[in-house]
Amino acid sequence: MIQSTSGQLKSIPTDTRETDPASAPYLSIANLWKAFGAFLALKDISLDIHEGEFVCFLGPSGCGKTTLLRAIAGLDLQTRGSVLQGGLDVSNLPPSERDFGIVFQSYALFPNLTIEKNIAFGLENSGRNKSEIVARVAELLELVGLPEQGRKYPAQLSGGQQQRIALARAIATKPGLLLLDEPLSALDAKVRVHLRHEIKELQRKLGVTTVMVTHDQEEALSMADRIVVMNEGVIEQIGSPTEIYRAPANLFVADFIGEMNQIAASVAADGRLQVGEKSFACLDHNFAAGTAVVAAIRPEDVIPHQTGHVAGEGEENCIDVLLDEMEFLGSFWRCHLRNERFGVSGLIADFSVNAIRRLALERGQTMTVELPDSRLMAFARPEAQG
Amino acid sequence: MSTLTPGKHVLPAGPTVKGKLSRDDIMMRAGMVIIALYLLVTLAFPLYTMLSKSFSTYRFELSQYEFQVSDETGAFGGAIIDGAALNLRSAAYGDSELNTGSDGRLGVTKLFPDFSFRSPVRYQVRNSVAGGRFLVGSTLNDSIDWLELDSNTFRRVQLRPVKSTGFDNFINYFSTPALFNSIKNSLWISVLSTLITVSIAFWFAYALNRSCMRYKGFFRLVAMAPLLVPSLLPGIALVYLFGNQGMLKELLFGASIYGPIGIVIGSVFFTFPHAFLIISTALAISDSRLYEAATSLRATRWRTFWTVTIPGARYGLISAAFVVFNLVITDFGLPKVIGGQFNVLAVDIYKQVIGQQNFEMGAVVSVVLVVPAIFAFAIDRLVQSKQVALLTSRSVPFQPQVDLKFDRIFLAFCSLIALFIIGILAVCQYAALIKFWPYDLSLSLNNYQFDKMDGGGWRSYFNSIRMALFTAVVGTSIVFFGAYLVEKSNGFRTGRAIFQMIAMLPMAIPGMVLGLAYIFFFNNPANPLNPIYGTMAILVMVSVTHFYTVSHLTAVTALKQMDREFESVSASLKQPTLKLFSRVTVPVCLPSVLDISIYLFVNAMTTVSAVVFLYSPKTTLASVAVLNMDDAGDIAPAAAMGMMIFYTNAAARILHLLASKGILRRTQAWRAR
Ligand SMILES: Nc1ncnc2c1ncn2[C@@H]1O[C@H](COP(=O)(O)OP(=O)(O)O)[C@@H](O)[C@H]1O
Ligand SMILES: [Mg+2]
Repeated sequence: MIQSTSGQLKSIPTDTRETDPASAPYLSIANLWKAFGAFLALKDISLDIHEGEFVCFLGPSGCGKTTLLRAIAGLDLQTRGSVLQGGLDVSNLPPSERDFGIVFQSYALFPNLTIEKNIAFGLENSGRNKSEIVARVAELLELVGLPEQGRKYPAQLSGGQQQRIALARAIATKPGLLLLDEPLSALDAKVRVHLRHEIKELQRKLGVTTVMVTHDQEEALSMADRIVVMNEGVIEQIGSPTEIYRAPANLFVADFIGEMNQIAASVAADGRLQVGEKSFACLDHNFAAGTAVVAAIRPEDVIPHQTGHVAGEGEENCIDVLLDEMEFLGSFWRCHLRNERFGVSGLIADFSVNAIRRLALERGQTMTVELPDSRLMAFARPEAQG
Repeated sequence: MSTLTPGKHVLPAGPTVKGKLSRDDIMMRAGMVIIALYLLVTLAFPLYTMLSKSFSTYRFELSQYEFQVSDETGAFGGAIIDGAALNLRSAAYGDSELNTGSDGRLGVTKLFPDFSFRSPVRYQVRNSVAGGRFLVGSTLNDSIDWLELDSNTFRRVQLRPVKSTGFDNFINYFSTPALFNSIKNSLWISVLSTLITVSIAFWFAYALNRSCMRYKGFFRLVAMAPLLVPSLLPGIALVYLFGNQGMLKELLFGASIYGPIGIVIGSVFFTFPHAFLIISTALAISDSRLYEAATSLRATRWRTFWTVTIPGARYGLISAAFVVFNLVITDFGLPKVIGGQFNVLAVDIYKQVIGQQNFEMGAVVSVVLVVPAIFAFAIDRLVQSKQVALLTSRSVPFQPQVDLKFDRIFLAFCSLIALFIIGILAVCQYAALIKFWPYDLSLSLNNYQFDKMDGGGWRSYFNSIRMALFTAVVGTSIVFFGAYLVEKSNGFRTGRAIFQMIAMLPMAIPGMVLGLAYIFFFNNPANPLNPIYGTMAILVMVSVTHFYTVSHLTAVTALKQMDREFESVSASLKQPTLKLFSRVTVPVCLPSVLDISIYLFVNAMTTVSAVVFLYSPKTTLASVAVLNMDDAGDIAPAAAMGMMIFYTNAAARILHLLASKGILRRTQAWRAR
């Protein structure tokens, strides 16, 4: 799953569907703005989504994900901008004239109707006769794995089961677009992970274009074909999970997804990153010499070496540190490394259990770590941004 | 991606995306407009008409008429004199006598001391200004041409008043002590009743919530009983108990029950359940954790009471106080029956309108009465909103501890209150069943022969039931549908906010005032809705409007508990909102829908103030019959009719209970887990 970027930030192979000029996007959002009074919840959002794609809107709470989803659905119209769906301009159409199914965090199942009647709700007055409806409902119950529960009322099912019924109801009429607003957030952790796979499986089977809103990065990384990272009403980055993780476009994305060490640095004349009196080779960047930047590296990318390891060819990125604290987290050790150059927070590194054993690392000792140039990134300092 | 170019944070110029309305949107907006129009027609317009009436004064402007008298031969040669000069000379009318109402008419012969209708002298009269008006018989004359009349016809000349706008009516009101004394009377009666009721209701509610005394269910039931009778019924009971031939007259030591004493006792009776309900709710939501904390700090019962109980219930107490105040100051039936010579505002309106036909002054008193009512209402709303905030915080319900001494004291206290309530009702029932108090105490049903008395007979009773049923059905439909549209439609924010405001207004408007406003608005031939005046329809309309607010709030509360996204889901499934409304919203809210209908039914049965100006001989009502029979001295039949209302409402409540349970069992299987 981890795809090597080998230092070539600019030439990451992007999603073929996005670049394929032959296929027009299924959903096309252009220059979308949403104002609540003077407050701008969405600022100039443009985004294309292709047929059959599973896209996640990911971002901290309040960043505008739901607002964007509701604009796509027509539930709350955007203030400016357009939405094209299936080649049709639906910008100002009411929800009932658009083509989508929707699932909410609260399930929104009709409490007084049985499961069957909930699922059949959208099938009525749609030109289907009774027996077709019954058959379709049975098929959907089968599909979501609850074939025996049709006669029950929503309150008699567990949260996870209710959400599956909501999903069945949303796809009953075979909409071209499936919208999911934090569908898993109300469930407990175990059910959540389980349902993640089921939803993804279902989506693959049906091939329905799907947009899911979530604030849970794990959910987004494991389910999405592409992730749209949002922050304060703007899109920070669009890309596949690996791109987003491996090559974050900016410090916000880097920090929001996964863990990221941040070290104050400046750009040396040769483009390397200067931390204190030591300079590090890093991935390509566009910063001019002398710019104050943030050097960033993920904890799992830090390579441990034996104490007294002599830097060889291409290992100029090695540095001695004090192994200050170690936390055992099951499959790896989280180590807090100290070196005055890294500031008070130090450097966090995740070392495999193997590496710890092999190198006989212990708390309190000094060791050498390497910050490989293919993993060390440079980002603009936050205050210089925007 | 984050190419944060400057200007990215400014909304670009250009048109805002205007949504195309779906059929449902259009339907819902149309529905809301219709219901808003309904409220405008049944509330805002009448009130506005009334307000403008209170600022309208009518006066005979004698200077606008010119007269000339002929000699015996009928030749006009004498001076032309205007009416004002004539009045000055003859001193026929004093200045204040020229003030009148909109229907005022003034004969002119008194201006001519020598006038005799047999005299051969002829008279000429004309309006000296355009637009002046006088009648000859029933023919209106508004031209400035001379009109020549023989003296016999001249008798039939009547001047019409000129309308002007200003504060004259109010100046007039405040310079008439007999009138403005009522303000003081109304205020202190209301304050006193409020203090007594709230204190009693508090201890009653406290006993039911915080003690382990027995028979709580029974006491709760008894506390609700006064809601089922018109407010004037306790007045009738008090007459039997403490009136001139009262059973317990001696207890008053010579004081008269007719007046403040009677009003206060009766008010305590009919406002008690309102105060009890509010305070009980406030006490029920208090957090037991505070009590545990107090106990662990070894606070005495007394200290805990002042530091935990009272602060916890303070919003409930304040709210109850203002609700009771409002009920008492706007009540009309009770002071009418037991008030004697003691004038209060609500009765003044009645006297001005029914007794003196002075509609403008009735409007003035109405405006005066609305001021404290709106004030009390506003404070109550403010307090209620705070109370809601309290409710939502998570708290642990309080479990009272057994304490034999306290429980016994509370039991005694509650029994006393229950005795008071049941006693009042029992006295009415007793009075209704005996032949002729206090001379012939044998039992008979003579007093139920309503057809032999004033008040419309048994037909009033059945009219009332019909009216109450219509009010329940029509009112529940309008209120619930209106609340649904306001709560669940998209966009249209200003419209919805205005609707919410109009829906709150009826609660602040006393029934008398609404009724009077209806006269002004609907009894106007120029109003296309004039034909409903005097019909059942206007009675239903005024009742629905009068009790709109509480019903609306009940509906809104129920609707707020529904998932906000039902409408979104339904729209995404391309299903009409009406289907969602009938298949999901109404069934889920059925308990509240039933609550609203029984509330409307019971109140329509008991209201006097809202309908007393509006019934016609064909649409007499039971509650008004109680009033009219009492007025005519048929007190026993009045009591009998009052008790008929009580039994009907009690039966309706029981039916409602059974129906609710039955329907709930059938349609709300989903509630049971
Ligand atoms: N109806 C509204 N009125 C005013 N502000 C709103 C409204 N809906 C959302 N917002 C604001 O817009 C921002 C984005 O909200 P939302 O899209 O719900 O965020 P999230 O990313 O958590 O789904 C938030 O700051 C929220 O407070
Ligand atoms: Mg959200």
